[in-house]
Amino acid sequence: MKRKRCDIAIIGGGPAGVAAATRAAQAGRSVVLVDAGANLGGQIWRGKEEVSQPAVARRWIAEFAESGAECLTSARVFATSGPRQLCIETPESVVTVDCDRLILATGARELFLPFPNWTLAGVTGAGGLQSLAKGGLDLKGARIVLAGSGPLLLAAADSFRKSGAHIAGVFEQASRGRVMRFGLGLIGHPRKAVQAAGMTARLMGVRRHYSSWPLRVEGGDHIERVVMHTARGDVSLACDYLACGFGLVADIGVARHLGCEIVERRVWVDERQQTSVADVFCAGEATGIGGVDKAVVEGCIAGLAAAGTEILPAGLLRARHHQQQFAIRLRAAFELRDELRAMPSDETIVCRCEDVFWREIRGHAGMRDAKLNSRCGMGPCQGKVCAPALGFLCGWEEEGVREPFVPVRMSSMAELAE
Amino acid sequence: MADHICIRIDGEEVTVPAGVTVAAALMMAGVSGFRRSVSGQVRGPLCGMGSCLECRVTIDGCSHQLSCDRFCREGMDVRTDR
Repeated sequence: MKRKRCDIAIIGGGPAGVAAATRAAQAGRSVVLVDAGANLGGQIWRGKEEVSQPAVARRWIAEFAESGAECLTSARVFATSGPRQLCIETPESVVTVDCDRLILATGARELFLPFPNWTLAGVTGAGGLQSLAKGGLDLKGARIVLAGSGPLLLAAADSFRKSGAHIAGVFEQASRGRVMRFGLGLIGHPRKAVQAAGMTARLMGVRRHYSSWPLRVEGGDHIERVVMHTARGDVSLACDYLACGFGLVADIGVARHLGCEIVERRVWVDERQQTSVADVFCAGEATGIGGVDKAVVEGCIAGLAAAGTEILPAGLLRARHHQQQFAIRLRAAFELRDELRAMPSDETIVCRCEDVFWREIRGHAGMRDAKLNSRCGMGPCQGKVCAPALGFLCGWEEEGVREPFVPVRMSSMAELAE
Repeated sequence: MADHICIRIDGEEVTVPAGVTVAAALMMAGVSGFRRSVSGQVRGPLCGMGSCLECRVTIDGCSHQLSCDRFCREGMDVRTDR
């Protein structure tokens, strides 16, 4: 087992974590950043080829490299010993990192909601299929239906189209009116407005539906068709992939484990990005879904604050306020409609780890009750997929994750116990 | 680095572009089901980012490896549970 010591440890190497690490290291602190991915950048800046990375990502990663911050990649935090010690598994060994302060930049995951046959191969997340493509999956000629909710659907459709896929349709659950109003509101965010306009123009020939959602997937082991509900009646489409995600949910597992206050499924932070637990800071999607610009500015603030900077630059605070306003509008515009709670049938699997059907889950008093009686959420993903879904479907409060946070080698647990 | 590398998928030699994930390599080789669920259903990748654990395969004899998270290496032996 290796041991490291630093002033500030950071969990997560996406935009928020990279910005936080860079600013903290530039302020003279020793910094160790830990990320599960093979390369820095998180899901949004992920991409092996330099060409697929946006310029802003390359700039930040270059600045990080020069800042003196240390970086552990392919490294998963699987346990903590209070907020000042992290236990990490790498492909080779176990590393413990002792720190004075901790910054959580754990990002977000896609929200997956169950509907009949969503477990068939070829049904992926929208961001999920994008991640697979960033990992080298060639989508040329593939027929793709996108469904779910949020700006990620369009961004994903745009990237699939660029790779030569055929987009058979984009199905957004929010109404056209809400999406249009959200689009008009982008006027205060010129860069986002330009991006959105570009995507809309490039997707000109693609049919976009609103107030629509999946009714069922058809196929054998692999998806062959998807039947969608739309305002003009049901639509059945042949496809190779259904890329479906209902927006993002903050990754708050470690924050909750450390006792940080969670409000509306987001990590509560003060003006300095400080959580309710002393010396623990949080930045980016984990404090509320708001995209990459919010993540970067919150990361900068968290990095400076954790480094002990007394007076934070006013420009950063203004930029953060602006981005937080965007986050609020994003939430309101793509709020999930009640009809989605009726998507699963009795025979729909909700917990994919333990293959638990909706009929076995609904009717319980809460997550704990459902877990004990049906095993839902007790498989290897520890409810990362089904717990947020049940939060929406049943209004149940999620339970915290337990150590190990992710499946690890037996030898890693043994090393830790020594 | 070579443009292409050779891996084995369920015993069969397959050439894949260098630098792709195991999940991408499997899908491009026409494999859509990676594993079987506890009740025997065929499953493939969902989240693409290492949290849903649906893309698990056996790599070089080591079971339960996340294929979306691992990059192909020359001579790698990948086994699915289709």
